[in-house]
Amino acid sequence: MKPKIELRDVHKSFGAKHVLRGVNLSVQKSESMVIIGGSGTGKSITIKSILGLVRPDKGEVWVDDIRADKARGKQRDALLNKFGMLFQGGALFDSLKVWENVAFRMRRRMSANDARDMAIEKLRRVGLGPDNADLFPAELSGGMQKRVGLARAIADDPEIIFFDEPTTGLDPIMSDVINDLIREVVVEMGATALTITHDMTSVRKIADKVAMLHNGVIQWTGPVGDLDTCGDPYIDQFIHGRAEGPIEALR
Amino acid sequence: MLSLCRATGALVLFAAQAILHIFTPPYYGREILRQMLRIGYFSLPVVGLTALFTGAVLALQIYIGGSRFNAEGVVASIVAIGIVRELGPVLGGLMVAGRVSASIAAELGTMRVTEQIDALTTLSTNPFKYLVAPRILAGVLTMPILVAVADTIGIMGGFLVGVNRLNFNASTYIANTVDFLQAGDIISGLIKAAVFGFIITLLGCYHGYNSGRGAQGVGTATTNAVVSASVLILAANYILTEMFFSA
Repeated sequence: MKPKIELRDVHKSFGAKHVLRGVNLSVQKSESMVIIGGSGTGKSITIKSILGLVRPDKGEVWVDDIRADKARGKQRDALLNKFGMLFQGGALFDSLKVWENVAFRMRRRMSANDARDMAIEKLRRVGLGPDNADLFPAELSGGMQKRVGLARAIADDPEIIFFDEPTTGLDPIMSDVINDLIREVVVEMGATALTITHDMTSVRKIADKVAMLHNGVIQWTGPVGDLDTCGDPYIDQFIHGRAEGPIEALR
Repeated sequence: MLSLCRATGALVLFAAQAILHIFTPPYYGREILRQMLRIGYFSLPVVGLTALFTGAVLALQIYIGGSRFNAEGVVASIVAIGIVRELGPVLGGLMVAGRVSASIAAELGTMRVTEQIDALTTLSTNPFKYLVAPRILAGVLTMPILVAVADTIGIMGGFLVGVNRLNFNASTYIANTVDFLQAGDIISGLIKAAVFGFIITLLGCYHGYNSGRGAQGVGTATTNAVVSASVLILAANYILTEMFFSA
């Protein structure tokens, strides 16, 4: 079956620093793929390469039948319409109210009242009441901002959703709530999901498949159920959080 | 030298891209109005006060200087010409550069650091169209209005000092102001204001959009925006003055 997202030998360097050294990755339709790896291993750059926020130095990025790294103009607009993204810090627009953030994309094709109603419905979907709709992002807690970010990511029923460190900075209970929400919306919408995280609880809750990124390449990929038994030394060190192993830890 | 050339090239490309997006749809009317309010209306107190005191000081200085060769009578006309041609647009431009250019750079810089600009892209919105084009258009449209108001207030400052402190006859002062002022003086000042509005917003957007990471990056972007906008305003003022009045 043709993958929904495919990266072929993607390279990216910043000056002398080689972040991606030939990433190969396939994500099937309606699959939830989680990329794990230490800080600074290029997980965010991988996602940004797919979105076109970063241009790869070499390699190909395919989304459906479109060469995403070469898409320009209307083709790129059409491509971006397939995506929703939850950013690590929420990336909510400070100057807009919560409902305007959620309805940002929808405002172009519907009236303000309809967009507001739709935004309130999406907020309810992520467990936030309509009383939050007219607040500004700065008036919300970190967990609530993540939920609003999630509501914005799913607002237009995208085919593909990216989650960048969805539980970073949250307490364990709120992390679990966000993980449940992500799993629910992905299953419910049938969307293809790509998550980057180093939170193993999230991985086990969200993932169908896992890919381990290290040294700029995918070291291992497989079903989440194989994580504990795969025998890969990189995976083994990472999931058990050991300082000793093939992944060098800075001391 | 090489880095100066690179920075100039990057700024020119940024400006060209911004201008292209100003003239191509979609247009964000609400954003343009919001920025016009922010740049024009909220800058009015600081620009108005600057103009008022500048006009007042100008009247005093011209009177004192003019009295050395019995030319006190030119106070009204020189205040009017000086304010409308030079001091209104230049001082207004510098004050707005300090207020608006810094604020735009800080806002866009923070948006860059907190990934809000990336978020715009993922929401199928071109950041140039949504963030840069409305600010530059608002700057170009609003600055002439702001400077026209500043000119009026500046002339009024000179009038208040002339009549109350230097004992000029009020109607004679007004007549001298109106008689010696030509349409070219006013138009050249307003064109300068539009150019300064472009410079202020362009440099605020450029430095904010390309801000470095963290609080230090945003701080540097803000400082660079104000300094470069102020210097470019003074340089552009010389070039424009040569163009308008060299003949």
